[in-house]
Amino acid sequence: MDIITGTLSAAVSVQAAYFCLAAIGLNVQFGYAGLLNFGQAGFLAVGAYGFAVAVASFELPFFAAVAVGLGCTALLALLLGIPTLRLRADYLAIATIAAAEVIRLFFGATFREYFKGRDGVSGFTADFQSVNPFDSSVLGFRPGEFWVMVVGWTLVVLSSVFVWLLMRSPWGRIMKGIREDEDAVRSLGKNVYSYKMQALVLGGLIGALGGLVLALGQNSVQPDNFNADLTFIVYTMLILGGAARIFGPIFGAIVFWAALSFIGAVLTKLTRGDDPFIPSWLMTDNQVGSVRFMVVGLCLMALMIFRPQGVFGDRKEIALDAR
Amino acid sequence: MRLRAILLAGIVGILSVLLLGLPSQASDVGGDEADEGPTTVVSGTVRNASDENKPVEGVTITATPDATGEEVEATSDEDGEYEMEVPALGRTVIAIDVDSLPDDVSLAEGAPTELTPVLDVGRPSFTAIFRVGQSESTAIGTLDQLAQNVYNGLYFGIILALGALGLSMIFGTTGLTNFAHGEMVTFGAIMTYTFNVAVGMNIFLSGIIAIALSALFGYLQDRYFWRILRHRGTGLIAMMIVSIGLQFFLRNVFQFFTGGRTENYNDFTTPSGISAGPVTFSMRDVYCMIIAIVLLTVVAAALKFSRVGRAARAISDNPALAASTGINVDRVVTLVWTVGVALAGTCGIILGFSQSVKFDLGAQILLVMFAAITVGGLGSISGAIIGSIIVGVLVETSTLIIPSELKIAAAMFLLIVILLVRPQGLLGNKERIG
Repeated sequence: MDIITGTLSAAVSVQAAYFCLAAIGLNVQFGYAGLLNFGQAGFLAVGAYGFAVAVASFELPFFAAVAVGLGCTALLALLLGIPTLRLRADYLAIATIAAAEVIRLFFGATFREYFKGRDGVSGFTADFQSVNPFDSSVLGFRPGEFWVMVVGWTLVVLSSVFVWLLMRSPWGRIMKGIREDEDAVRSLGKNVYSYKMQALVLGGLIGALGGLVLALGQNSVQPDNFNADLTFIVYTMLILGGAARIFGPIFGAIVFWAALSFIGAVLTKLTRGDDPFIPSWLMTDNQVGSVRFMVVGLCLMALMIFRPQGVFGDRKEIALDAR
Repeated sequence: MRLRAILLAGIVGILSVLLLGLPSQASDVGGDEADEGPTTVVSGTVRNASDENKPVEGVTITATPDATGEEVEATSDEDGEYEMEVPALGRTVIAIDVDSLPDDVSLAEGAPTELTPVLDVGRPSFTAIFRVGQSESTAIGTLDQLAQNVYNGLYFGIILALGALGLSMIFGTTGLTNFAHGEMVTFGAIMTYTFNVAVGMNIFLSGIIAIALSALFGYLQDRYFWRILRHRGTGLIAMMIVSIGLQFFLRNVFQFFTGGRTENYNDFTTPSGISAGPVTFSMRDVYCMIIAIVLLTVVAAALKFSRVGRAARAISDNPALAASTGINVDRVVTLVWTVGVALAGTCGIILGFSQSVKFDLGAQILLVMFAAITVGGLGSISGAIIGSIIVGVLVETSTLIIPSELKIAAAMFLLIVILLVRPQGLLGNKERIG
């Protein structure tokens, strides 16, 4: 029973919300514009750190700090996009993953008075929690946590509606056109480079909102929150749900995160106790984490081989040919 | 027929590894009492930076998880090592007791006495690092240190070239950007560790078995996985994402069996240093470099002069045309995979000496390998080797200017700069960029 409630609460948890936002952002870049951005973790990191440092070190008010986080992310997207968007898809992937690693290492090793090294920044949510309308626990969630969840899911809905409206507009049609055949779009007199840049910035900003929700949820940010694994997990979620679909990233993030917690909870249950169901020579509860992530890898491989369009997607709409 | 026999021998080999691997796993966890909550192993080594990194005995380290508030304590042994099991996850304060340090030893100036990591399920062990003793780096002349760093860089670059050459060969013949190549590196190191420490074989024999198993791993991987995907018509980007899934899977399989610990081989772990002018080196590293250079020369020469090497280069240029001239593309590609993974495994075996064996040994240098082959020119043989040496020297000498935690970032930065100004790399052909 507690496994089921645990799984359900994982499905609506702060983590699920921030994975949703990261996947919606990635969907704009990869799903609609066909950009193979492997540096989504970097955008989340800059959004989260920009906000956290603005509050913790410079004591800016909440909304000003959010603006700082988003502004830094937009700047990063521009800096990263100018050189890389002209590259072929696999080069773009390597360049963006390298940039995300540089950002993570940078936060972990420089400007220790602001970034606090590998321990990360903490203690920046007082302003946010002071306007918390909930004063007792709701549905078993602590009031502080529930407040972050409400804000997180509101952001998920708002950004989904925004992306939906955007993608039915002429702008969205050009975006899909670029994904299908950028030379054709170029021949219509559109500036493909500029459109790709806009997609990279927009996707990065939505991802940065996810970073913000993560920061508020755990009341701290560490560089290791934003390693390359985060990007790959988000890719798995997006592909599971179906790229280039509004509900794809949301469905993928919620279902995948719930499934991961479910597997974790079941395996922990089976390996724990005096006489565990799975004998301890085969597996102990310390190894549950590895098994969960093995599942991530297997899912990504199987999806990509057998069903690259995921649950909701259309196979013709997935940008998987190098160009 | 011959291939079948090799295959069979290999399967027997892998089975025996699995069988032999399991008892050692069991002995590690056998002593565990059934405890209630998830636990994390916090471990580390206390070394005195101002006294040739000698281990410091009897230092007390405490860990206090926020969740329970109960303190767990460990004391470093004669090797300076300590280990404790922390019975909770989440934010944990790990502190070094400064009073327990010997009188002549102190923390580095400005170094923190507390670390506050967040322990989570995905990270079953945590290595706590305290900076004990003032590092001597300021005492040595910068020029002397530059010479030492250039030597370190050359060493790292030559070893890296083993992995990078395999990655570049596979990219050249199949177009696959293989994100799982770092795991091929780790595979070599872990197999060597298994035979050397768990089975108790001689290190040389273990290494040779590990190379053979790596080659077999590469053969099976292409024969029964990548080749099928190619024949299904899976796109290059789709295969790249598949390789990311494979990387994720393999890395966690390694972590499952090694438990996130950092291990060393039984032999040659701490070779005595030999000083030649400003540079200190060890005979072990020299022999490793010689082995690497011989292997690189043999493979490069084979690609240049042998029939099958010419075939491989023909496939790199134009697979369809190569096939129409009667080259059996599948066989050549499988051979490239076999040799490429064997080289990567060798890279891992040697890295296992200097960087210790860990489940993410190869994952940590994956992006450095990408940087190396991009700098040298994707798909170019000599480019991979030259690029590795450039990146190796850059990474090691960069520590003179930037913090050593950022040295990998220097390689990433070079990668981005090269993509900006000369995306085909130093030795690549312009038309490869497309």
